[in-house]
Amino acid sequence: MGKPDSFLELKNVSQVYTVGERQFTAIEDFSLTLKEGEFCALLGPSGCGKSTLLRIITGLQAPTGGKVLYRSRPLTGVNPHAAMVFQTFALFPWLTVQENVELALEARGLPARVRNDRALEILDRVGLDGFETAYPRELSGGMRQKVGFARAIAVEPELLCLDEPFSSLDILSAETLRRELLELWTGGRLPTRAILMVTHSIEEAVFMADRIVVMDKDPGRLMTDFKVGLAHPRDRKDRGFEAVVDNVYSLLAGQTEPDHVELGAEPAAPGPTRRLPNVHISDLSGLLEHLESARDHQDDIYALAEDLKMNSDHLLNLIQAAELLGFATVWKGDIRLTPLGETFAATGIIGRKEIFAVRLKRLSFFKWLASILRASEKSRQRWDVIEAALGLEFHPAEARQQLERIVEWGRYAELLSYDDKSRVIYLEPATESPP
Amino acid sequence: MQQTNREFGPLAMLRPVSWGDGVVLLGIGVLLYAGVRLAMGAPEWIKGPEIHLTPEVLPYYLARSLGRMLAAYALSILFSLIYGSLAARHRTAEKILLPLLDVMQSVPILSFLPVVLLGLSAVLPRGLALELSAIVLIFTSQAWNLTFAWYQSLTTIPADLKEASSIFRFSPRMRFRKLELPFAAISLIWNSMMSWAGGWFFLMASEIFMTGNQDFRLPGLGSYLQAAANAGDLQALAWGLAALVGTIVLLDQIVWCPLLVWSRRFKLGTAEEDIPPASWFYKALRSSYLLTDLRGRLSGPFTRFSDLRKPRRKAGRIMTFRRFFERGGRFIFYGIGLAGLSAILYETYQAAQLLSGVPWSDWGRIGFGVLATSLRVLVSLIIALAWTVPLGVAIGTNRRLAAWLQPVIQITASIPATALFPIILLFVLKLPGGLEMAAVLLMLLGSQWYLLFNVIAGASAIPQDLKHTATLLQLSRRLRWRTLILPSLFPYIITGAITAGGGAWNASIVAEYVRFGGETFFTVGVGSLIAQATAAGDYPLLLASTLAMILAVTVANRLVWRRFYRTAEEKYRMD
Repeated sequence: MGKPDSFLELKNVSQVYTVGERQFTAIEDFSLTLKEGEFCALLGPSGCGKSTLLRIITGLQAPTGGKVLYRSRPLTGVNPHAAMVFQTFALFPWLTVQENVELALEARGLPARVRNDRALEILDRVGLDGFETAYPRELSGGMRQKVGFARAIAVEPELLCLDEPFSSLDILSAETLRRELLELWTGGRLPTRAILMVTHSIEEAVFMADRIVVMDKDPGRLMTDFKVGLAHPRDRKDRGFEAVVDNVYSLLAGQTEPDHVELGAEPAAPGPTRRLPNVHISDLSGLLEHLESARDHQDDIYALAEDLKMNSDHLLNLIQAAELLGFATVWKGDIRLTPLGETFAATGIIGRKEIFAVRLKRLSFFKWLASILRASEKSRQRWDVIEAALGLEFHPAEARQQLERIVEWGRYAELLSYDDKSRVIYLEPATESPP
Repeated sequence: MQQTNREFGPLAMLRPVSWGDGVVLLGIGVLLYAGVRLAMGAPEWIKGPEIHLTPEVLPYYLARSLGRMLAAYALSILFSLIYGSLAARHRTAEKILLPLLDVMQSVPILSFLPVVLLGLSAVLPRGLALELSAIVLIFTSQAWNLTFAWYQSLTTIPADLKEASSIFRFSPRMRFRKLELPFAAISLIWNSMMSWAGGWFFLMASEIFMTGNQDFRLPGLGSYLQAAANAGDLQALAWGLAALVGTIVLLDQIVWCPLLVWSRRFKLGTAEEDIPPASWFYKALRSSYLLTDLRGRLSGPFTRFSDLRKPRRKAGRIMTFRRFFERGGRFIFYGIGLAGLSAILYETYQAAQLLSGVPWSDWGRIGFGVLATSLRVLVSLIIALAWTVPLGVAIGTNRRLAAWLQPVIQITASIPATALFPIILLFVLKLPGGLEMAAVLLMLLGSQWYLLFNVIAGASAIPQDLKHTATLLQLSRRLRWRTLILPSLFPYIITGAITAGGGAWNASIVAEYVRFGGETFFTVGVGSLIAQATAAGDYPLLLASTLAMILAVTVANRLVWRRFYRTAEEKYRMD
C-alpha cells in the first residue's frame, strides 16, 4: 500500500495518433492525482479526449507518453481493481440480468454458489429484484443502466469509472439513477474507494461530484481543477449551486476575443486554425431568434441551457459559431446579440443568406478554400483534393468533418456548390471574382 | 424462415484489387498444377460400383450421402473458426488471408473437381480417393461463406462489449463462449443453411462424375438419380427425388428452423421482427418435460465440474502463440512465407512449361469456349432476372402472398440443380438444340434462387414512407418502377447477380459435356473443354482451361461487377 493520498496518479500523460507522416495530439501533458474517497467529474467539450483518458486510466489503452500510477505502482494492462459503467450499457443481450452480473464474477473465478448469492444481493441493492431472469432488451434504458451499475459494483472495484453513464437515458430515469447512485455512495454502501465520472453535462458534474476537472480541447489538456464545496443532497435551485454552474459555463464559453484571434489563421498558414464548430445553420438561427426575443437581447448562458433544454456541449458549440460569425459576443457567462445578429434574427430567408454570406467570406478557412477554387480550372476542385489538403492540418476524420461543415455553410450562403455525383466543389459564379 | 436484411442484404464482399490478389491467383494456379501433376499418374480405366435402383437401397445411399455432407460441414466449421480468427487477429495474416478468401469465394469450384478427383485417385486407394474428393469438394463449397461470416462477426463486435470483456477480465475461453460465439451465432446459422444448400449441389455432382473411360461413382443419392435417369427408370427417379426432397425438408424442419428460432436470443438490436420465425419442433422440444428434466440432470454436474476446474485454468497457455509470434516467432513465420513463395515461383515455372505444350489451336478453342460460356451465363442471368424481379417484388411487398409462397419457394430452391439435371436430360436431350437448352436450363436452376431471395429481401426493405409517398403522388406504374422500385432493388440485384453468376459458371462444367444413356454429348464452351480434357487425359489442356475459367470469373468480378457494386453502394443505399 502506498501513501494514502496517491491512490491514482497520472503523470504527464499524452496521447498522440500518427496518421501517415502527420501526428495529432489528442491529449497533451495531462497530470492528475486522485485521492481515496473522492468523487471526481471529468468535464469538457466533446472531442477533448476525456473518454480516451478514462480508457488510459483503466488500462484499456496505453498512453503514448507519461505514466499511470495506481497505488504508486505503474499500471500495465487492464487495472484489476477498476470497473466501468458504459454510456451504451455494454450488456450482453443474450444473457439475462443475473447472468450479466454473474459473468463479471465468473471471470474472477468465483464458484457458482458464491456468484449466485452475490449477484442476487447486489441486484436487490440496486432495486432490480424480480428482474433477475429478464433479458436486457425487455428493460427500459434506466433499468438497463442499473444492471450496468450492478455488474460494476459486483466485482467490488476500488475505482469505479463512469463513462457518461446517464447521457443515453431519458431525463427522468437519468435523474432517478443519479440520486440512487449518490445515495449508495454518500451512504457508504459502495465497496468503492473513488469514483471517476466522465460527462459533458456541467449541471450533472456539479450535482454529483466533489471535485471537477475541466478539460480543454485541441489538444485535450487540463484547464482547471476545483472542489465543489456543496453538501449532499444538493438542490439545483440553490443559489450556491447555480453560482458554481454559472461559473463553469463562463469558464467553458470563454469570452469573445478580438477579430484576428477569433478568426484564426488559414489552414495552410502558420498559427492555429480556427475549427468550425459542428452545428447546423437552422439550429444557429433558432438560437439567435431565441436571444432576440429575450430581454435586452442577452441572456445568461446557464439560463439559456435550462430554457432550451439543450445539452451544454451542443449549446457551447452554437455559441462558438455565433461568436465566430460575429452574431453574438460572450462576456462573463452572458451572451449578447450584436446588432448584426439582431438584424439576422429579424430578417427573412433571403436577407439571412446575404448576411451569412458576407460574414462567411471573412473566415480564414473560407478565404483559403475560395482561393484554392479560384486558382483551379473553371473554379472547381475535387472533394478529395481539398480533403487531402486539409489533412495536413487536421486528423483525417476531422478534415472530412470540417470540409463537410464549410461546404454546408457555403451552400447555405449560396457561395459554394457541390455536385455529389462527380464529387466536385465549385464556386458560384457570383463568388468567382475576388472581393 | 424469413430472409432478413442481415443475411441477404448487400454485403461488403468486393474489395479493391490489391497485390494480394496476384499472389493468390498465382497460388491457385500452382495448386492446380500440383493436382494435374498428380493426376497424370491416375489409372486410365476406372469403373464405378454398380448402383442399384430398388427403393430398398435408398436409406443406405441416403446415409452415405448425409455422412459426406456432415464430414464436410464439420471440416468447414473447424476451418472457418481457425482461419477467420487468424485473419481477424493478426494484421499480417489478414493481408494474405482475406484476398485468398475473396478469390476462393468467387472461383467456380466445380472446375477443380476433375483435378481433385484424378489427383487423389492417383495417390490413394480408389474408394478412399473418391470419398475424400467428394468431401473436399463439398468442403470447398461450404467453407468460404462460413469463414467470411465468422471473420466479419469477429471484426464487428461492438467496441463497448469488447471493452466490457477486457475490463471484467474475461479469459480467452470465456470471451469465445460468451461474446464471440453468441455474437456470431445468427450469421453462422444462416450461413450454415446456405452452405448446406450449396453442399447438396456439389454432393450430387461429385457422386456422378463420368468422363471417357473414367467412371467415378460413389454409392449415394446423386449416383442413384443419375443411374435412374440413365436407365429411363421413371419410378426409381420419383423414389430418389422423394427421398432427397424429404431429407431436405426434414432437415429444415428439425434442424434449421429450431436453430433459427433459438438463435433469436442472440439478436443485438431491440426491434422485433415483423414475422418472427416459428418452429413447431422447437416448441415441442421446449415443452417437453422429459427434456427439461434431462437437461437439468446433465448440466448440473457439468457446471459443478467446470467450476472445479476454473481457478486452475490460466490464460497464459492460450496466449503462448501470440507471445511466440511477437518474439522470434515472427521471423520463423516470415521464413516459412519466404520458402512458400519460392516454392510457388518454382512451381509456376514448371506450370508454365506444361502450359507451353498447349498448341495455339487449343488456346483458340479456350478463348472461344470462354466466350460461349460467358454468353450462356449471361442468357441464364437475363432469364433469371426476367422472372425473379416481378415475382420477388410481389412477394416482398405483399405479406399475404409471402406467407404461403415463401415456404414453397424455400423447398423448391433447396432441391439441388445437379440432382434435377439427369431428369432434364431425359426429356430435353431429344429435342433439337437439346443440349444447348439443357445447359442453359441447368445454369438457370443453379443460379436463379440467389437472385430471387435477394430481390425479395430488397423489396421488403423499401421504406414504407417512400411507398406511401409514391402512392400519394399517384405515380404511374412505370414511373413507380423507375423511380422507386428498381433503384431500391439495385444493390440487392447486384449482390444476387454476383452470386448467381458464380453458380452459373459452376454449372457449366457439368452442363456442357454429358454422358447419357451410353452416348456422349457436348457443346462449345470452356466447361465442356475441361470435361473433354479430363476424358482424353490431355493434362496441359485441363490445366489451361481450368485456369482460363478461373481467370475469366475473377476478371469479370473485379472489372464489371465491382463497378456496379460501387454505384450501388454509393448511390442507391438506403440509410
